[in-house]
Amino acid sequence: MSPERDTSFGAVVRMNLGAVLARARVRVVASWRETSWVIGETVFPFLTMAAFVLVYRGLKAPPMYEAFVVVGGAMIAYWNNVLWSMASQFFWEKEQGQLQLYLITPVSRMSILLGMALGGMAMTTSRAIAILAGGSLLFHVPIPSDRALPAFGLFLLTLAAVYALGMILSSLFLLWGREAWHTATLFQEPIYLASGFYFPVRELGPLAGGLAALLPITLGLDGIRQILYGEAAHGFVPLAWIPPIQVGLLILFLYLAHRALATMERLGKEEGRLTLRGA
Amino acid sequence: MTGDGARRDGANPAGRDDAAIRTVGLTRTFRGRRQEKAVEALRDVDLVVGRGECFGLLGPNGAGKSTLIKILTTLLLPTSGHASVAGYDVARHPLEVRRKINLVSGGDSSGYGILTVRETLHLFARFYGVPGDEARRRASMLMEMTRLSEKADTRLSSLSTGMKQKLNFARGFMSDPEIIFLDEPTLGLDVEAARDIRAFIAGWVRERPERTVLLTTHYMIEADELCGRVAFIDRGRILALDSPHALKRIVPSEPLFELQVGAGATGFELLREIVGIRSLAHHTHPGTGAIELRVIVDEDQTIGEVLGRLKSLGHPVLHLRKMEPTLETVFIHVVGRGLSDEEPVLTEAPAER
Repeated sequence: MSPERDTSFGAVVRMNLGAVLARARVRVVASWRETSWVIGETVFPFLTMAAFVLVYRGLKAPPMYEAFVVVGGAMIAYWNNVLWSMASQFFWEKEQGQLQLYLITPVSRMSILLGMALGGMAMTTSRAIAILAGGSLLFHVPIPSDRALPAFGLFLLTLAAVYALGMILSSLFLLWGREAWHTATLFQEPIYLASGFYFPVRELGPLAGGLAALLPITLGLDGIRQILYGEAAHGFVPLAWIPPIQVGLLILFLYLAHRALATMERLGKEEGRLTLRGA
Repeated sequence: MTGDGARRDGANPAGRDDAAIRTVGLTRTFRGRRQEKAVEALRDVDLVVGRGECFGLLGPNGAGKSTLIKILTTLLLPTSGHASVAGYDVARHPLEVRRKINLVSGGDSSGYGILTVRETLHLFARFYGVPGDEARRRASMLMEMTRLSEKADTRLSSLSTGMKQKLNFARGFMSDPEIIFLDEPTLGLDVEAARDIRAFIAGWVRERPERTVLLTTHYMIEADELCGRVAFIDRGRILALDSPHALKRIVPSEPLFELQVGAGATGFELLREIVGIRSLAHHTHPGTGAIELRVIVDEDQTIGEVLGRLKSLGHPVLHLRKMEPTLETVFIHVVGRGLSDEEPVLTEAPAER
């Protein structure tokens, strides 16, 4: 007789946890085996950050702006990871004929996305640390150690919300079809501007800044700078509001990611597009 | 009829369908995004595959094989009709179905170039909740059977296409599925690799009599060798279904003989004078230069007269073989075209224009 599979609640939880870790491991392994990725994700953002620091120095801007750039440069690594390795991932998987292998497994699709997100965070953290450390050593940007812990707490909350947004985008990119490459580009430069990676978001003005603050990365960056540098950070949203808003966004994005996945799968099964390459 | 589609038909008293796969009136229509003409990929397909069967599905490109497999593996919804796998309705209980199945599509590879062969097998084992020790045991066994052991720690990006396909094949068995769907598993593989895969499938079925295989293939010999029953599918319809042996009996029995005579032999037109010869064709073997003749006769005895006439012409027969009908000939007979033909073969000479 063929064995009956264990379908108890505990077994299902174990299976899904195993899937999360297994999918995350792919990212972590990849981050160290492929030298070109290490260079692409560390050196290039570092160069961009360095260019902005030098521009601010050339313009004799307040030294605090250099700190904005270094902290923003570290966060850019995460947004790039969300766009290129999270939002686009299901699309690449489909093009390789691999998406169907995930879809026929009994694990939750959310577990696979969560694994991708956790692996992406772990993969990118090493890059972000390199940018942060390199920037503060090379350009003598101070990181107040007594405020590092609360800043790190908000940073983790921000990452969770940002990657939850990436989970939504992964389904949307798949539904939008063959233009995933262009869609990622479309999301890249405008977000660089709207998030205030290289300047305080308050400079965008109340309307544009308010819209930009709907992005968890904008909000997080604003809050982290406020925690680290206080009034000098030119904060936009009151610091006390930021953690609850981020928690709200995280919950909302996780819910929407779940719905987007279900919609993506339903449409795919109805129209047959999930396994059709180039569609 | 109960409310549970999974138990509509053929349910035993315990409530579970005896069949591994059952479809009733299964139809799938594709419509273009701009409401172009609809394409009916499957039309009213009724099919029952028993537990423990190795079942073959044969048909040309676009016949509906892959559409059927996608529905059965929960990747696609039927437009109408029902399908159940392992006793569960694929539309209503996809999760239950997924726990029981796996899928290998030939020509595809699985995993990421950055991972090794062993890591890839472990990755997919995790998606089915296979514990670590068991995953290691299965991975070793499957790598050995697919001759990938030496490449266990090689990255996928360094593997040949054939090796990637073999890995994809091994991946499908990591979950030890109750029912496995093999969609053209030897597509594009070299002869030796395809033989390895066939040997593996035969062994897997033999050692696990409760497990079910649904195999689609272009290669008739593969279905003939592996499958207990075979269905011919074309333009979304099942046209014939039986054991390969029984299907071969469908073809009208006109004895076909293949003969070989020495190089340079001529005068075969004289053979046409023999009463009872229905058809005669000959060609020169490109390697040896020997002449090969294919003769269709009304009755077996006629071939004796052919041999006598060849002898009198001074062409001793080097080799004689009676050809049995193959699944290929049966397929042409039933479907009206070969697996690789786009249009039906002509059974009568076309009228002159």
